[in-house]
Amino acid sequence: MSKRVVLEASHAVAEAVKMADVDVVAAYPITPQTHIPERLAEMVADGELEAAYIPVESEHSAMSCVLGSASVGARSFTTTAAQGLELMHEAVYIASSHRYPIVMAICNRALSAPISIWCDHSDAMSCRDVGWISVFCQNNQEAFDMTAWAFRVGEDPEVMFPVMVNLDGFTLSHVTEPLILPDQADIDRYLPKYNYRLALHPDNPTSHGGFGLPDVYTEVKYAQEVALRDSMPVLDKGWKEFENIFGRGYKAIETYRAEGAETLIVTMGSLGETAKMVVDGMREKGVAVGHLNIRLWRPFPFAAFREAVKGIKSLAVLDRAISFGGPGGPVASELKAALYDVDDRPKVMSFVGGLGGREVDNPVFEYMVNRTIEVAASGSDLLFEPLEVRGLEQGSGVRG
Amino acid sequence: MAMQGYKLPNEVPWNDIELGAIVTEPGSASFKRTGDWRTEHPVVNKEDCIKCGICWLHCPDAAIIPQDDGYFEPDLYHCKGCGICAAVCPKKCITMEQEVEQ
Repeated sequence: MSKRVVLEASHAVAEAVKMADVDVVAAYPITPQTHIPERLAEMVADGELEAAYIPVESEHSAMSCVLGSASVGARSFTTTAAQGLELMHEAVYIASSHRYPIVMAICNRALSAPISIWCDHSDAMSCRDVGWISVFCQNNQEAFDMTAWAFRVGEDPEVMFPVMVNLDGFTLSHVTEPLILPDQADIDRYLPKYNYRLALHPDNPTSHGGFGLPDVYTEVKYAQEVALRDSMPVLDKGWKEFENIFGRGYKAIETYRAEGAETLIVTMGSLGETAKMVVDGMREKGVAVGHLNIRLWRPFPFAAFREAVKGIKSLAVLDRAISFGGPGGPVASELKAALYDVDDRPKVMSFVGGLGGREVDNPVFEYMVNRTIEVAASGSDLLFEPLEVRGLEQGSGVRG
Repeated sequence: MAMQGYKLPNEVPWNDIELGAIVTEPGSASFKRTGDWRTEHPVVNKEDCIKCGICWLHCPDAAIIPQDDGYFEPDLYHCKGCGICAAVCPKKCITMEQEVEQ
């Protein structure tokens, strides 16, 4: 029987990992991810979860440990945030290159300096090009659901990629919400036993991590790129099957009140919930606005995104990271690239806000929508507009 | 080399590469010709050689091969021409000779 419980997102992730009957957990605690390894360590110590819990000495070791456990075919999980993710960075590439379906929860947190323990997406953006499947969650239920989904699709023989599940630090990780924990039998049905064909074993010797000379490296990387893009139908199928069993459906790109909308607010992560409230309020006042949630960040769902913005006049894109010296918010510049060859494309307005835990509340979203409508009509030479910077006049920002 | 049925990495098209570039043929590194990296190759003067095997012990690529007659010869399929064998030979009977375009 599924049950309705009250959990913070960190414990929801831990429950999902437990129900996935994971074999190995290696993690180093870091704010705001601490409650995930803490709860998993407790589950192992109490005998609730039969797994090896490796209390490593650093995040680099955490990723290295799960690379080892994944190489023998163990279902493996790790979790980190911000500086921890940066410390493990070089090993993160190896997981995707070896095609190990490790699952990693990231409680998104701003990168130092100055030291900030609060949420933004600068850590996730530093991992944009690591070759992992990357999803973002809007609430605690999604934190559970995406973690279960991550094991299901990552281990699919047609996918075989690691998956990072991004959940906003504190806003989700430490906030308690009601959610539904499914029945174990249903999870078992959704998540079959994992069998890794190339597992290291003396009876079937294989070499993992070989040397790639210039005569083969390009082919290996091209194969990896094609495989990540080709995983899209399986990722969609994973959500479809999830809906069939658990009744909650998800998509790579999700829209809210987009029918009849001329402007869409675009977010990734928990701010989507605020944006939807703003949409409801503005719709009552007659503003033709909707919301677009980017659930799947990598592989980027180009086709689904282009389809979702057909007929839309402007996009108010919120980025929670800066690409220093670059083309604007990393999400907005991605969307601009996706639309460059599309005729009648919407105007993309890039806003950067919510850095280092700064609130992005209803008035900020309302400003974004109004400003986007204005800019779509009058034009703007700004690369991006930072939100609510003391001493900076509203409507000004960074030029290229 | 024992390479029957085995394709060298530079013969494999991108869509035929094993998942994660994992190697499923044990010992297949020996199939890779590294001899063409060389600019010089060792030549053994058997008249001075005392069959001590010091060159064989020191070769970092296991490319000095003991022969049935007790002498040692370089395996030119793998020898990268580093010259360690010539440097360690107590009788100075190994000389490094320049490769010439065939």
